[in-house]
Amino acid sequence: MLELPVIIAFSLAYLGLLFAMAWWGDKRADQGKSVIANASTYALSMAVYCTSWTFYGSVGRAAVSGIGFLPIYLGPTLVMALGWFLLLKMVRIVKANRITSIADFISSRYGKSHVLGGLVTIIAVVGIIPYIALQLKAISGSVSLLLSYPEIVMPGRSTTMSVAADVSFYVALILAAFTIVFGTRHLDATERHEGMVAAIALESVVKLVAFTAVGIFVTYVMYDGAGDIFRRVIADPALRRLADAVPSGQGYTNWTALLFLSAMALLFLPRQFQIAVVENVNEQHLRRAAWLFPLYLLLINLFVLPIALGGLLHFAGQGVDADTFVLTLPMALRHEGLVLLVFIGGLSAGTGMVIVETIALSTMVCNDLVMPLLLRRHAVVMAQGRDLSRLLLSIRRGAIIGILLLGYLYFRLAGEAYALVAIGLISFSAVAQFAPVLIGGMYWRGGTRGGALAGLSAGFLVWMYTLLLPSFAKSGWLPDGFLSQGLFGIELLRPQQLFGLTGVDEISHCLFWSFFANIGAYVGVSLLRPPMVAEATQAAVFVDALKETGSRGVVLWRGRAKVSDLQDLVGRFLGQARAQAAFNAFARRHGAESIERLEADARLVQFAESLLAGAIGSASARAMVASVAKEEPLSIDEVMNILDEASQLRTYSRELERKSRQLQAATLELQEANERLKELDRVKDDIMSSVTHELRTPLTSIRAFSELLRDDPKMHLADRERFLGLIVSETERLTRLINQTLDLAKIESGRADWNGCELDLKEVIEQSVAATSQLFREKDAEVILDLPENPPLILADRDRLIQVMLNLLSNAVKFLTPGSGQVRVVLRIADDGLEVDVIDNGPGIRPEDQQLIFEKFRQVGDTMTAKPSGTGLGLPISRRIIEHFGGRLWVESVPGEGATFRFTLPFAAASPPAEAGTA
Amino acid sequence: MHRRVLAGDRLIATFLIGCVLFNYPLLSLFDRRTLLAEIPPVYGYIFLAWAAVIALIAWAIERRIE
Repeated sequence: MLELPVIIAFSLAYLGLLFAMAWWGDKRADQGKSVIANASTYALSMAVYCTSWTFYGSVGRAAVSGIGFLPIYLGPTLVMALGWFLLLKMVRIVKANRITSIADFISSRYGKSHVLGGLVTIIAVVGIIPYIALQLKAISGSVSLLLSYPEIVMPGRSTTMSVAADVSFYVALILAAFTIVFGTRHLDATERHEGMVAAIALESVVKLVAFTAVGIFVTYVMYDGAGDIFRRVIADPALRRLADAVPSGQGYTNWTALLFLSAMALLFLPRQFQIAVVENVNEQHLRRAAWLFPLYLLLINLFVLPIALGGLLHFAGQGVDADTFVLTLPMALRHEGLVLLVFIGGLSAGTGMVIVETIALSTMVCNDLVMPLLLRRHAVVMAQGRDLSRLLLSIRRGAIIGILLLGYLYFRLAGEAYALVAIGLISFSAVAQFAPVLIGGMYWRGGTRGGALAGLSAGFLVWMYTLLLPSFAKSGWLPDGFLSQGLFGIELLRPQQLFGLTGVDEISHCLFWSFFANIGAYVGVSLLRPPMVAEATQAAVFVDALKETGSRGVVLWRGRAKVSDLQDLVGRFLGQARAQAAFNAFARRHGAESIERLEADARLVQFAESLLAGAIGSASARAMVASVAKEEPLSIDEVMNILDEASQLRTYSRELERKSRQLQAATLELQEANERLKELDRVKDDIMSSVTHELRTPLTSIRAFSELLRDDPKMHLADRERFLGLIVSETERLTRLINQTLDLAKIESGRADWNGCELDLKEVIEQSVAATSQLFREKDAEVILDLPENPPLILADRDRLIQVMLNLLSNAVKFLTPGSGQVRVVLRIADDGLEVDVIDNGPGIRPEDQQLIFEKFRQVGDTMTAKPSGTGLGLPISRRIIEHFGGRLWVESVPGEGATFRFTLPFAAASPPAEAGTA
Repeated sequence: MHRRVLAGDRLIATFLIGCVLFNYPLLSLFDRRTLLAEIPPVYGYIFLAWAAVIALIAWAIERRIE
């Protein structure tokens, strides 16, 4: 049943189905009910990455190099891990600037340069042509195979046939017609094709199902599971090496190079850029695509090894090309239904690639190559002419036909010498040349137009010399000597051992030299001079694309224009009705009642330019708008000022936030300070009330005794003297109290006079003990001194220290039991200072009182004597004095066993203990 | 903000893990002409590692971080 009419009917029916899908998708999009607005469709459409290369070529590659076909799918998996950063940034830039292709992207980044856009287009077209040839070869090969069914006859060399008899020629024509119908029915300002994306997603499902069907058929029908196939391969001495990691003998360099190349290809192949970036509906879709697309790749590759190895086992010695195993295995078993399914799957893979790739390339050829040339030659005509949207469509249609015919030409010239995968890798190496300029442009502000031109040209030339020209030479279109003896017979210039570099395969070889030249020229030339106005502007737009408030919305234009001129201009390229609608929407958005009320300000000019950019590319749009608007050029300083203002605004708002945070902190501090002040105020009140209370006690006694003396003139002389004595002692206490209060106030406020000098503490102690000897005698108490000879000197005020010692000694005496009292004064030399103990054998101090006694006016006299005999200020003052000289004063006591008051004082800095003997 | 930073760091870590898993020298450890569970070791390894990286990407990017 597999005759030519059947095959053609099936193919056309399938293409018709795709077209219906696309038509439905476009219709739904016009109604605002997008069919592609979900993440899974987006991920499936990205699988346009899997072409005939994957469908037929991977098996061929695996039959030679085992898992060597896999880096092509592992690279994209790695890139998708970073997709959330890289692709997101690209999507944002593309949407903000209405960019429609990778050429537009690069030209826009480096100052909307025509020359650069043109160069990128040329590289893309020349680079992709082998890839299109690959699809033609695979599709026409599969048709030829089917025609010989049920025999399996390898297709003959098409170079020997006439073009008219060549299947691939007709395949190319049909694909061109189909693509034209698909992609260039109307012109869209954003250059988006919802219907096409829907059809591509459908194709992705079809090719996955078809390939998996063959995989299951080979693994489980022809053989007894994958284990069965692997066992036979390991047992076969000729095939065993395919279980190696790198059976092709090219080493891991080749593996890593392919990993890198495929990663770059996923980002920069024009069709991947179109699907992943330009056709992206919602950037959140990137989320699911980041893992769903790699999962698709894994699934479609799951059966590659079983099919390849199964085919090698089945067709051993029959000369069947491994690239055809997917089709020839079901053919060999006469499984017609499956054969047809595989054919449709392969057709899906091939047409999907060709449609998207040629649409993307034709947009680039039109916007970045043909339009700029037309504008330059016929600028006046273009600016005043009629509706140009038909002209644009014609250019694109012509480009599609041209590209497919070039693909066919390459297939005729060089296609036969290579396996499918090898052809594809030539294209991958070409588009990888975009990587430095594009990634550099998104993250480095310093790249310039000159640098980009130099880098791309250098990389492209090296690619041509080391990969493209050798592919012609191997097909016999260039003399053999070119490969083996080098250009002009110069050995160093042998294209695949350039400058004597050997030991790597041709892809790694090209990758190294082309990137060496590309990156070197890009960076080198960029660093020669600072970026100019347009470059700096666009660099800011691209590099800051992900910032919340980047340079987007900053309008860099100054001049005069008329609204009607702008609308006419846009109308000529997009059609008047669409221009009218777009301008109306803009007016509504900016609060103007109608288009007539709009002001032709910088915003409107930018709006018109971005509308045009969608149709004719950013560089041409720039030129067209300039032709109807009178522009005043901005100097680099002005541009920098405008950009600075935008960034200053950001800085200001950040500064404001910082200030308000500081203000909050300051308020908090003030509150705390206020709390402290209140606390201090309360303490002051407490002190005042204590002081007045303390003053009142002696005053009351004095008054009481004085009144007694006044009222009773007949009082006995003895009583009179006793009362007078009491009055005198109370007055003394009053004086002492006032003196000490003043003293403490002075110390606390830091206004006390300190006469620091080096002094001998032993001397101070002896002097104090002598001064209080009367007190001890009165209580009949004993003083024991335990003082070392010549203690090290300390730095302190002699009078103050005597004051402390007197206080401690008199305190000790106060609580001694008359008759059996004993006070020991001990001076010790410690590591870093002197220690003085004043030890009494009085009643001791309860632990809870041991801190209290150092507070002002707190006296813990023994309960027997109700009336305290001190001022309650002696210990607080003493502690402050000791602390002033860097020491500590505290008490240790066990109730009933006496108390030990101990203080330390540091050595005078100049007299460490070692000098003690000489001091 | 914090959530985004963490998810981003996880993705970068996944990328780096993938770079190591898919390359020499880890690959060479499985370079044996034998069968392990009926599969040549390097075939089994590369597909398992691949699945693991995909699972990590899905985890990092889809998980809501509380």
